[in-house]
Amino acid sequence: MSAVKTKRDVLGTSSLRPDGNAKVKGDFAFTSDLHAENMLWGATLRSPHPHARIISIDTSAAIKIAGVECIITSDDVPGQLTYGLISSDQPVFAKDVVRYMGEPIAAVAADHPETCRRALAAITVEYELLPVLFNAEDAIGDAFQAIHPDGNVIRRQQIIHGDTSVEGDVIVEGHYVIGMQDQAFLGTESAMALPDPDGQGVEVFVATQWLHEDQKQMAACLNLPPEKIRLVLGGVGGAFGAREDISLQVHTALLALRTSRPVKMQYGREESFFGHVHRHPATVWMRHHATAEGKIVKIEARFVFDGGAYASTSSAVLINGVTHTQGPYKCPAAVVDGYSVRTNNPPCGAMRGFGVVQACFAHEGQMDKLAAAIGTDPVTIRLLNAMETGDTLITGQPVESVAPVARLIRETNEIPLPPALSLDANELDLPGGSGITAERKHIKRGIGWGVSIKNIMYSEGFDDYSTAKCTLSDGKVVLKFATSEVGQGFVTLAPQIARSVLGVTDAICDTIDTQIGSAGSTSASRQTWMSGGAVDGACRLVRERLFEHIGAQNNIDPIRFAIEDDEIVDTAGTFRISVIEASQGITISETFEHHHRATEDLDENGQGNCHVAFAFVAHRAVVDVDPELGLVKVVQIATAQDVGQVLNPLSVLGQIEGGIAQGLGLAVMEEIIVQEGRVRNPSFTDYLLPTALDAPVVVARMIEEYEPQAPLGAKGVGEPPCISVTPAIVAAIRDAIGKDIDRCPVRPQDICL
Amino acid sequence: MSVLIPHSILEASEILAQHPAATILNGGTDLMVEVNFNHRRPDSIVLLRNIAELRDWSTDAASGTITIGAGLPYAAIEKGEIARLVPALAQAARTVGSPQIRAAGTMGGNLGTCSPAGDTLPVLSALEAIVHLQSIEGARSVPFADFMVGPKRNSRQPNEVITAVTLPITEQRQGYSKVGVRNAMVISVASACFAIVNDTPRFAMGSVGPTILRAREAEAYLASAASNLNDITEEIAHEFGRIAASESRPIDDHRSTATYRKHAIGVLATRLALKGI
Ligand SMILES: Cc1cc2nc3c(=O)[nH]c(=O)nc-3n(C[C@H](O)[C@H](O)[C@H](O)COP(=O)(O)OP(=O)(O)OC[C@H]3O[C@@H](n4cnc5c(N)ncnc54)[C@H](O)[C@@H]3O)c2cc1C
Repeated sequence: MSAVKTKRDVLGTSSLRPDGNAKVKGDFAFTSDLHAENMLWGATLRSPHPHARIISIDTSAAIKIAGVECIITSDDVPGQLTYGLISSDQPVFAKDVVRYMGEPIAAVAADHPETCRRALAAITVEYELLPVLFNAEDAIGDAFQAIHPDGNVIRRQQIIHGDTSVEGDVIVEGHYVIGMQDQAFLGTESAMALPDPDGQGVEVFVATQWLHEDQKQMAACLNLPPEKIRLVLGGVGGAFGAREDISLQVHTALLALRTSRPVKMQYGREESFFGHVHRHPATVWMRHHATAEGKIVKIEARFVFDGGAYASTSSAVLINGVTHTQGPYKCPAAVVDGYSVRTNNPPCGAMRGFGVVQACFAHEGQMDKLAAAIGTDPVTIRLLNAMETGDTLITGQPVESVAPVARLIRETNEIPLPPALSLDANELDLPGGSGITAERKHIKRGIGWGVSIKNIMYSEGFDDYSTAKCTLSDGKVVLKFATSEVGQGFVTLAPQIARSVLGVTDAICDTIDTQIGSAGSTSASRQTWMSGGAVDGACRLVRERLFEHIGAQNNIDPIRFAIEDDEIVDTAGTFRISVIEASQGITISETFEHHHRATEDLDENGQGNCHVAFAFVAHRAVVDVDPELGLVKVVQIATAQDVGQVLNPLSVLGQIEGGIAQGLGLAVMEEIIVQEGRVRNPSFTDYLLPTALDAPVVVARMIEEYEPQAPLGAKGVGEPPCISVTPAIVAAIRDAIGKDIDRCPVRPQDICL
Repeated sequence: MSVLIPHSILEASEILAQHPAATILNGGTDLMVEVNFNHRRPDSIVLLRNIAELRDWSTDAASGTITIGAGLPYAAIEKGEIARLVPALAQAARTVGSPQIRAAGTMGGNLGTCSPAGDTLPVLSALEAIVHLQSIEGARSVPFADFMVGPKRNSRQPNEVITAVTLPITEQRQGYSKVGVRNAMVISVASACFAIVNDTPRFAMGSVGPTILRAREAEAYLASAASNLNDITEEIAHEFGRIAASESRPIDDHRSTATYRKHAIGVLATRLALKGI
């Protein structure tokens, strides 16, 4: 037996991304880098109006332009004319009416992007402008006529729980406004479609979060059997929810089928702002009732989520919002009313945090108001109300997940505060940054808290299972799955699982495509749990078969075998054999589907076990504020996150730091400005993302309490980091200036005027 | 599309005489954005980047001035000797974009674009810089106030190259500040340059009017209210800020509100007047 083992990147190590070097060097092929022989380019004509009737579309001049091969409109869609994740209400191309600025009307395929541009300019569309429904409140009730056959209210859900007659000794109330955030992934929408020679099918390389869902929706619109649409994951440059919905998939495939040539489509940055759904802007009212000591006895709340023109996932976002009203706190009674509505604003759907971000911004504002009302501090009030495993939610669902809320708050509180701002602080480090607008004496520091609970996996009876196949041959493992790698690191984690379960070193991932069962979406913090569970299950089945094989060869009951490092050992004897040797000359292949436990729908009172599991996190923000100019510098974020089990520390830290940057963006700068249905800032010049000078120091503790429900003991870690950091930063701004602020992002004028 | 690459200012002005419709390209950090958005579709381009003279700078002891070539990138202005001689210009240069933008972008381009948000422009206004232009017909020197005539409009003739800018070297206080909603790489929502030249206060404001505005009343107030410009009371500085704000003419847009811009200009004026005392 060799004494020195080669280091194997098993679970628990900071195994590096297989595509990391290529990405850093610029060698990685994103979908937009793909190219095919004889390829055409596709482009989309979009509505300049938020609400208008289409009188006519004239493509006759455009089709005559040399190099233009094909122009398609709604009339050319061979199958279903609409698509949608939950309800099919969004047209592939607008036919009679456009309902938001940027809605697709036609697509062209031509020999060059410039030819496409000219063709689009040559298409004439005659519109009759219609009144614009831009205020979400107007969508409720009869104030405005229906702008869609499905009506203006996408979904309403109430929650009535516990003794609703109870009144608190202390009552605090607040109205909160959350702005429209963009996912702002760096790799814009892109796809390349290659038609089959017989014209009866198509292969599509696409940057997406869920290959099989795209396939299903494309099949319906293209009127082809799903298996005739073979999807392959192209290199994805970030997602954050914006790639759950169909964008250019149907258009690209249809252009390829119509021209019998490969077609590539790719949005520019401006088009991308119109090409995907955004985070729902929302207004939230909450009234907390508490005992004189500060224990919550009842919460009343009302939510209005602006879903924009089409439903997307608005109904699920609403459920996440209302069911997270209480936050990570005990609450015996609640009366909640929530709406997701349709307007002529840009469609909104999934974004990291999915409805919980909006709820959290409100409930954390409320916790600080409560602390102030009873004369205690933000930490004490949160510890006093902290949720524990076994508590019952306002939906009646018991919290079975590990729920170390009090510990998260304590551990975050133990992280040392940053040093005070020194008298000779570098000007660049003050609020205002490189604009050098302030001196040390102008700056005030504040501290704020945010704590959150987030459901993970899909809810309300949905079986979002995942499939994986493991093939072992000659000591090498190949893993096959359809799990979208959007940067979260599943291609790093999956081989780690195989190395741990099977004792191999050599483990690689096969092409990610639809040639295997669905993996569900890379969203809802679910892939480590779901696809991790599928890979783990497939590897375990292979291990059983390997043990049987070696047992038969050596006359040992396979039940006695275990994997120890890279060997199979007889736990009741002396026999041992390396996995490489044991699998020489054989091939074992197994497929496994991982399902989470079943969930239920909510009843009309919002009662039901609708969620699978929960993850928690605490954030403490320290900010420097220039109260006179209203400028902010986030100095430090301290955080303790409930992660279950750490499977890759570097990956977890990446999610924590990235999520915090995204939550910071929503706190102080990121907002799509929409005026009467028109987007005013569809560019990175005016939609501001945090830069290095805006990013805070992050001090993170990963709190490991093994989650028994999870296949690997690990909870999803993707969404929590961005949820409660936003209210923590806003609370810190309030603390610094002693003024109430009820909206995010906080604008300079909200602070100083 | 043709790209013409002159190697001297003379050659550039000859090319422009032959191709009056040609578009000048220096760092490209404004122009290429316009081209990408299809806002401009130049037929021919005159690239200035290979003209070494445009990147020269020199001082003139007799007149107490510094002349900086229009093609010198911000990276060379924000630090080093130029930064010591004209600190406000260096501060303005440092706030432009990111390191990548400052490696390519130039004052010539800032002047060519002439946006009210251009970061070096308030400095040129406060220091009453002279803009030098050259065409086949000869050289021309224009005070900045006559150069910028409107939002994104200047008095450059199509056949002229902006060659350099001359600024006074003063030993007195000067500073530049810019308010943006992000701590770096942001278009200003209000910017200001305060400078004392020959014992006279000057205050220029960016992003709060169609052009860079000089706060003449505020300047006059400060000159009369403070007997010593290095000993200004808080009270006087606040009044100075109040007057400057009242002289600004900002608008509401998607970047900010007129009310905030006015307020911010006042704060900047007060702070800059007191800074370094
Ligand atoms: C990401 C980004 C961030 C930015 N941030 C800022 C910022 O913070 N502050 C700011 O002020 N600007 C900013 N800008 C704008 C730009 O960088 C500046 O205006 C810069 O000064 C332009 O210089 P340039 O050499 O790149 O000009 P170019 O793009 O080459 O030219 C700009 C215009 O000037 C003309 N021109 C250029 N040189 C001459 C010349 N010598 N003679 C005659 N005409 C000429 C061109 O024809 C063109 O019309 C930013 C741009 C980007 C892309």
